[in-house]
Amino acid sequence: MIHVEKLTKYYGDFCAVNGIDLDVRTGEITGLLGPNGAGKTTTLRMLTGYLEPTSGTIRVDRHDTSTDMLSIKRLMGYLPESAPLYHNMLVYDYLDYVARIRGLADGKKDERIRAMADLCGLRGIMHKPVGELSKGLKQRVGLAHAMIDDPQVLVLDEPTSGLDPNQIVEIRDIIRTIGRDKTIILSTHILSEAEATCDRIVIIDRGRIVADGSTEMLKQGAGHDRTISLTLAGVDAAQAKAMLSDLPGITGIDEEPSGAPGELRLTLAATGTDDLRAAVYRAVRATDWTLLELRQEGKSLEKVFRELTQEA
Amino acid sequence: MAQTLHIFAKELRDYFVSPIAYIVICIFLLITGWFFFATFFIMDQTTLRSYFALLPLVFPFVIPAVTMRQFAEELHIGSLEMLLTLPVRLSHVITGKFLACTAFVALMLAPTLSYAVWASFMGDLDWGPVAGGFLGALILGAAYAAVGIFASTLTKNQIVAFIVGMIICFGLSLVDKMLFFFPAPLLPFLQYLGASSHFENIAKGIVDTRDLVYFLSVAFVALYGAHLVMQEKR
Repeated sequence: MIHVEKLTKYYGDFCAVNGIDLDVRTGEITGLLGPNGAGKTTTLRMLTGYLEPTSGTIRVDRHDTSTDMLSIKRLMGYLPESAPLYHNMLVYDYLDYVARIRGLADGKKDERIRAMADLCGLRGIMHKPVGELSKGLKQRVGLAHAMIDDPQVLVLDEPTSGLDPNQIVEIRDIIRTIGRDKTIILSTHILSEAEATCDRIVIIDRGRIVADGSTEMLKQGAGHDRTISLTLAGVDAAQAKAMLSDLPGITGIDEEPSGAPGELRLTLAATGTDDLRAAVYRAVRATDWTLLELRQEGKSLEKVFRELTQEA
Repeated sequence: MAQTLHIFAKELRDYFVSPIAYIVICIFLLITGWFFFATFFIMDQTTLRSYFALLPLVFPFVIPAVTMRQFAEELHIGSLEMLLTLPVRLSHVITGKFLACTAFVALMLAPTLSYAVWASFMGDLDWGPVAGGFLGALILGAAYAAVGIFASTLTKNQIVAFIVGMIICFGLSLVDKMLFFFPAPLLPFLQYLGASSHFENIAKGIVDTRDLVYFLSVAFVALYGAHLVMQEKR
């Protein structure tokens, strides 16, 4: 549906987006993830025609942005960051204006405005000026703005910023529902959100794509590094550390502050394909220590993200 | 085309749902009404010439105040991003806003038609120059509105947009009155550049294509400039 090739954007000397290649298929929810200033918003703005790329091409459904932007805009609904709406307009007037510009016929227009009011929970505020709304409500009006024409492609820049936890869940559900047969690209810097909503995650850092794949793939692709946490009682710290670090596959060992006296809490860094929990358990069983807790964790998306975006 | 009309309707309506329109129209009517009637009886002539003579000096204040918000406000609150990512072209947006400002100028001039009606009771009014005067006022206003819109694209700050627009419009109004400051070779050019003499021709009732072409060129150059500035921001 969307095909991006060598997309580059310079602001003066500063390179905000540096040669991005991206293919997005229909019915896929893609999350653009990255630290602040990574080029997420710039990429989305070029995709929606607000900014012009310095070089590179974007094609949406066979239309090229440089020659046929109007056709692309018709296919696309866009919610910019923090939903900059006209302050002095009433919510109804605003949606009516957008629907008219999008060329909806009168009957269809009223039907769509009503549908959007229900979907985004705007029933009670249709006749309030946009300027008097809270940030979360504005965000919902922005979402209605983006979806009013039932677009094939939905581009959302930080759709849940400024919303309370209940609203976040609601909006996530809306995105999930729509995402079944539409193409959605959203940007966020909240990892749990990307994990919960997106089929595919693209991590951007300093204008480049540093990772691209499903959440599972990203976690696995980061290697077989795991951590094993265990809590022991009735044990001598130095002796335990020495013994456990001798096990094959253990690459590091850290003592954590323990919650109770007499308890020792250790974090082992493990590598390799073997499950080391069994080896640890056997090692402990051979002694007279008491094993209170043994737990293995895969890499979290957070850790993947940090590793990918923090290299100097 | 349809998009241009929707933008036109929205922008024109915006003026009248806020106090701006009423304030600007009141100020305009107070100033022109006062200066016109203060001299009307002294001159003892049934003509609207002194009213029309005011317009090249009043418009540079009033019209940039009308146009200053057009792009500066959109840039300031960021709503331009939402507007330009709808299926519209930048030229639709500029044209729609320009037409809305021109319509506003027409609505602002409309109450002053009563000056003509009122003067016609006082004596024998020649309607030719009056018709020419109102036509000239409208296209002078349209050209200045285009300049004001250009000034509005330059900045996010409405006050700056107002001042820049006012300076350019004043320059156009006054340049042919200050020709003796300039070197001789420039004079024909500067004289053509001045808006006042073109406006006075039309206000006399002589509607010459040269004067119409002048105002159309000013409007076109200003709107094209606005287009270039906005394009450059992308």
